Amino acid sequence: MFKQSTFKNVLIALTLFLGTYFTLPTLLGQEAMKRMATFLPAFLVPQNAVKLGLDLQGGVHVMVEADRAGLARDLVKQLQEDVRRVLRTERVAPTGGIVAQTRGVSLRIPDAAQRAKVLPKLRELATPVTSAILGNTGQLSLEIVDLGDGLIQLALTDAELNERIKRAVEQSSDIFRKRIDPTGNKEPSIQRQGLDRIVIQVPGAKSSKEILEVLKPGKLEFRMVAEPGAPASEIEVMEATDGQRSYTVERRVMVHGEDLVSADPGFSQQGGEPVVNFRFNVKGSQAFAKATTENVGKLFAIILDHKVISAPVINTPITQGQGYISGRFTVEGANQLAVLLRSGALPASFSLVEERTVGPGLGNDSIAAASLASAVSAVAIVIFTLATYGLLGLIAIVALVANLLLIFASMSLLGSTLTLPGIAGIVLTMAMAVDSNVLIYERIREEQHAGRSAISALDSGFTRALATILDANITTFLAGAILFLVGTGAVKGFAVTLCIGIVTTIFTAFTLTRVIVAAWYRWFKPKVVPL
Amino acid sequence: MKLLRIVPDNTRFGFMRFRRVSFPFSAIGSIVAVVAFLWIGMNVGIDFKGGTVAELQAKSETADLGAIREAAGKLNLGDVEVQEYGTKRDVLLRVGLQPGGDKVQADVVVKLRATFEDKYDFRRVEVVGPRVSQELVQNGTIGVLLALLAILIYLWLRYEWQFAVGATIATMHDLVLTIGFYSVTQLQFDQTSIAAILTIIGYSLNDTVVVYDRVRELLRKYKKIQLHDLLDLAMNSTLTRTVITSVTTILALIFLGIFGGDAIRGFCLAMLFGVVIGTYSSIFIAAPILIYLGVRVGEGAASGAPKSNGTEA
Repeated sequence: MFKQSTFKNVLIALTLFLGTYFTLPTLLGQEAMKRMATFLPAFLVPQNAVKLGLDLQGGVHVMVEADRAGLARDLVKQLQEDVRRVLRTERVAPTGGIVAQTRGVSLRIPDAAQRAKVLPKLRELATPVTSAILGNTGQLSLEIVDLGDGLIQLALTDAELNERIKRAVEQSSDIFRKRIDPTGNKEPSIQRQGLDRIVIQVPGAKSSKEILEVLKPGKLEFRMVAEPGAPASEIEVMEATDGQRSYTVERRVMVHGEDLVSADPGFSQQGGEPVVNFRFNVKGSQAFAKATTENVGKLFAIILDHKVISAPVINTPITQGQGYISGRFTVEGANQLAVLLRSGALPASFSLVEERTVGPGLGNDSIAAASLASAVSAVAIVIFTLATYGLLGLIAIVALVANLLLIFASMSLLGSTLTLPGIAGIVLTMAMAVDSNVLIYERIREEQHAGRSAISALDSGFTRALATILDANITTFLAGAILFLVGTGAVKGFAVTLCIGIVTTIFTAFTLTRVIVAAWYRWFKPKVVPL
Repeated sequence: MKLLRIVPDNTRFGFMRFRRVSFPFSAIGSIVAVVAFLWIGMNVGIDFKGGTVAELQAKSETADLGAIREAAGKLNLGDVEVQEYGTKRDVLLRVGLQPGGDKVQADVVVKLRATFEDKYDFRRVEVVGPRVSQELVQNGTIGVLLALLAILIYLWLRYEWQFAVGATIATMHDLVLTIGFYSVTQLQFDQTSIAAILTIIGYSLNDTVVVYDRVRELLRKYKKIQLHDLLDLAMNSTLTRTVITSVTTILALIFLGIFGGDAIRGFCLAMLFGVVIGTYSSIFIAAPILIYLGVRVGEGAASGAPKSNGTEA
């Protein structure tokens, strides 16, 4: 039974060929692939090399989380406005006003007739929650309860809040991308994780400083600096961005950042100082023109995220809807602000919950260390295997090399990332892959000692060992698969290589080793297997 | 060519006799591990307790640890641990979790950078917030338990119950001792350690399964033999494989540990311990325990027999 069909052999050869083929970009580098593309049609050149994890190539990994409570507060504020509008059109005044709570608002309308008039209108505020994936969820955005005693409560539903968070996180991901990579050549990876988190990975970035910069809300406002004697309820004190001064500004916003249509870094005409030039849309232009016309000679404040960038004097009315922001910027600073303003304000605020930054120096050192360690381990395994099994050891090593090629090819195709623990996983796999050959060879030896002929020992050796190999590897595979599910980052990289390694190990043990040993037997017809 | 034989042919080592030594030895080891875990506890890394780690490299020849300590002390960050890391130029700073939730943790790095950036390169920075660290603990625990469960279910389906119980006890033994190892050595316990533990479980079971497969096969083959002798025979016939595989794995781990850099040294150490313990437990715990679990010679195990094409002795 020590025979294999030609069809099977062709399949094995094809697998190995593809394994080698898809490993080429990793082995030879992208440069060689470009050279290959000069004499081969593009579709024949393999594209993807194994991606290196940030721990090997250096870069920044941060996980940020949307401020759920803050978003809920914003929604409640909006709801408060909506309710106020309804009451105004219905000419109903609640006793005690509209009270904001953490998840909604409540109001008291003691008069039953008025309540009956208002309630249906309030119910109209509740809209069906639609999600991008599920479409209409069948749930309403608001739960409106008549608590009796004239008390009405409007509460945001979980469905609405989750949907809003999801949308805010999605929008923010796009905004982050624009802010981090305005020119589109840094290849950052920005992925949503769970409901309210975003993982941002920027290969090659040196510190998280620049990435933390993009977490700023980016909310731009133009307001008037308050005149002395303005009512206290209409003004507030704000710090300047330099942290040295503070301004008293009006609460009323003249123009919002949403009305910006462009923001570009430039230099001021007077001093050549770096500034950010901006232009408003029609609505913004009109509002700005009106405000500046009415307030010539007074100060207005340009406010970013509740900090005053600058507070220039209005010399002449600005009616063209454009201007510039100056604030003792560096060229880099002006650039960053322009990107920030262009990308728009974040719909939610974010805070950093995890950071892992690896400098390029450490990354290179790790690659060097891991390569050396892998090479030394490989040599040790090769010498030991050859010393133990001789010629058959050589076959084991051929299987091992094929195994490595298949691991790298699978990783390239799956787009999985090679991390430092991942390399440890591969080395461990090499050691365990030898195990499958050991199991086979020892079994053959035993069968031969029991008095079987070479061919019979080979045949039953393979058959019996394979059952054990499969059994033994399934347990490790289960452990690896679960590690993949619960692990993050570099540890996930370990799980990936471990699992892929087990699959390729089983494959080579079942096919390649068997085919080579069979070929060797047919060629030499040995009376005794040299073990 | 003369081939290397690590285990001489026809070795007849009385493994089962050793259970009188190995069982008490393992029992004491497990108790020590549990006591160490409860008494000393683990050197838990920032993955699981939150905080900040920064690896700095001096731009000059040597790092001035005293100056770093002093400067770090002034930053009002609580206890800052400063230690040499590998070479004289490299320093590792550990800062505990700051009071005030997720938002304030990122400020630690900003402060550290502002203080040390002109004299030191920041080779690596890791910040783990309080909630993420809690989740990582949760995921790690769930992972280990889930892996155990999945493996048990697999063993239950594949073997008779005695074997499943035996493998479970051996695996628990390895798990407890490995955790004890982390506690006694004060090796840092982080996400990589979860990877190490799961791999050790996988490896140890791998070994146990190989041994059990042989025991089961022999149970089908021989009907008139003492279980004690049958187990010894099974151990001896798989001994070469056990040794060779352990040696290749240990060789690989030793070289990884020596040359692979600080980041994976801890992982390699734990794995080395685990491979040794896993191999030991397969032979000296998993196998002899079958004697006590009521495995009988001659009853024959019918299920899942590999297709035998005639080795009837």
